[in-house]
Amino acid sequence: MAGLTRERRTAYLLGLPAALITAALFLVPLALLFAVSFTGADGFSLSAYARLFGSEHYLWVIGNSLQLALITTLVTLVIAYPASFAIARAKGVWRSLLLGSLLLPLAASVIVKAFAWTILLRSTGIVNNTLIALGLIHEPIRMIFTETALVIGAVNVFLPFMILPIFAVVAQMDERLTEAAATLGAGPVAAFWRVTVPVTLPGVIAGIALVFSLTVSAYVVPTLLIGERYPTLPSTIAKAYLLTNEGSFGAAAGVVLLTIALAVVIVSSRLGKAPGAAR
Amino acid sequence: MKTAALILSAVLAVAACVFLLAPLVVVVLASFSPTPVFDLPTTGASLRWYGRIANLEGFWPALGLSIEVAAVSTALALVVGTLAAIAAVRGALPYADAFAALLVSPLMMPGLVLGIALLQYFRAVGFDAPLAGLLVAHLIVTLPYVARTMIAGLSRFDFTLIDAALTLGCTWRQAIFKVMVPALAPSFLIAGLFAFLASFDNYPVSIFLTDVRTKTLPIKMLQYIEEAPDPTIAAVSSLILLGTIVLLIIADRAVGLSRMAGTSD
Repeated sequence: MAGLTRERRTAYLLGLPAALITAALFLVPLALLFAVSFTGADGFSLSAYARLFGSEHYLWVIGNSLQLALITTLVTLVIAYPASFAIARAKGVWRSLLLGSLLLPLAASVIVKAFAWTILLRSTGIVNNTLIALGLIHEPIRMIFTETALVIGAVNVFLPFMILPIFAVVAQMDERLTEAAATLGAGPVAAFWRVTVPVTLPGVIAGIALVFSLTVSAYVVPTLLIGERYPTLPSTIAKAYLLTNEGSFGAAAGVVLLTIALAVVIVSSRLGKAPGAAR
Repeated sequence: MKTAALILSAVLAVAACVFLLAPLVVVVLASFSPTPVFDLPTTGASLRWYGRIANLEGFWPALGLSIEVAAVSTALALVVGTLAAIAAVRGALPYADAFAALLVSPLMMPGLVLGIALLQYFRAVGFDAPLAGLLVAHLIVTLPYVARTMIAGLSRFDFTLIDAALTLGCTWRQAIFKVMVPALAPSFLIAGLFAFLASFDNYPVSIFLTDVRTKTLPIKMLQYIEEAPDPTIAAVSSLILLGTIVLLIIADRAVGLSRMAGTSD
């Protein structure tokens, strides 16, 4: 330590507690989980992974998770992209109202929101009653515990995570860019695709990565809105640990989930840094 | 065409916000339901479900435990995370960027995976103390929020201001408390708010680390909803929501909503 400058020694001391906590409570447990996932009855074994990828049931489960994440990401993107421009342009009271109605649901408990959707979507619930009152349907349709309910709930819970990163880039975008494109002869469509989209792409990529990895990991929303009918990787992990006590199988499912979530984050951060996406 | 696009995006923005707020409004309305079947109070409102909260089995201990775990882990994370953020931003640390990425990386982890990893680990090292385990686990839930927000806040802070204060006759202590602390207070507050809420609302990590006697509020809530959902749960939810709104209003008064939207990416 004698060779260290005073600044560097201070920096080490300041960073040490956080580094120790992250190593002891994050890196080591993850390494152990990884090791456990490769453990069978007698030492090293791939049996947990063989069970996961070798059965139609679990391939279906992985497919369910990916499908839910993909649909939720697409729906939130379609809503969030145009909405972000309006929120970024809004002034004064409107801006506060719009931002407030993004941040309040974001801060509100996921369990509370999912519970609310079980009330909204039940057969005697508000959505059904409204549709009947409008004459769109004649008798209540089954909504809760369907794929539709699941997607509505997931979009509701994860939409702010798509809007906020897109809003952040749109709010910083120089509006004169599109004017310059128009002056230089670009029509509105060309200006949009060749100026607005590339400039806002980093926010879009960040939003997609965030919503996809959050949805693929979601546990509370599928549990309350669709349940056993639509098993996902998270529900499989929870079951393996809480009910059937199959540590190594649960760990393997966890490693697969982790790989999906991390792959999305890593690919998106690469894309975000690609020359075409540079701001 | 430009006007049409603007109007369409404004309509979508308002619709999105209504959609986002809908479940919160519904929970509050249902909590005043006069009947046990979540009718919206069309035939008068009733406060009886609020009176029944106290009868919910295990509610008060769960609420107390959640507040305790969230408060203690957030306080520790604020201290440890802020110090680490200073180390990561000041540049004296080798591989500062990698260090910063490491501190924030648990945020990208699916909560359940973190939960089972900690469960395995605690079992392997023979650590069998539910309350302490929960507190320690929530430290890794809250620390990344603090690290992320404080690193962002500190990288906007101009450290030459401290040198300026020293040149102008401040002592080190004065320079820190009169220049650095006020400039970083908003980030500190946002970091604390998000960390507290993340811990208070955490289900996927806690579920693997609780026993019969130590159950946090989210775990009890999910149990109530699955067992016997009645408007009492809506009343509890409304109270949690009220607490969240109060915290957000305090944060808005202190730092403004735009700033919060910018740092909560």
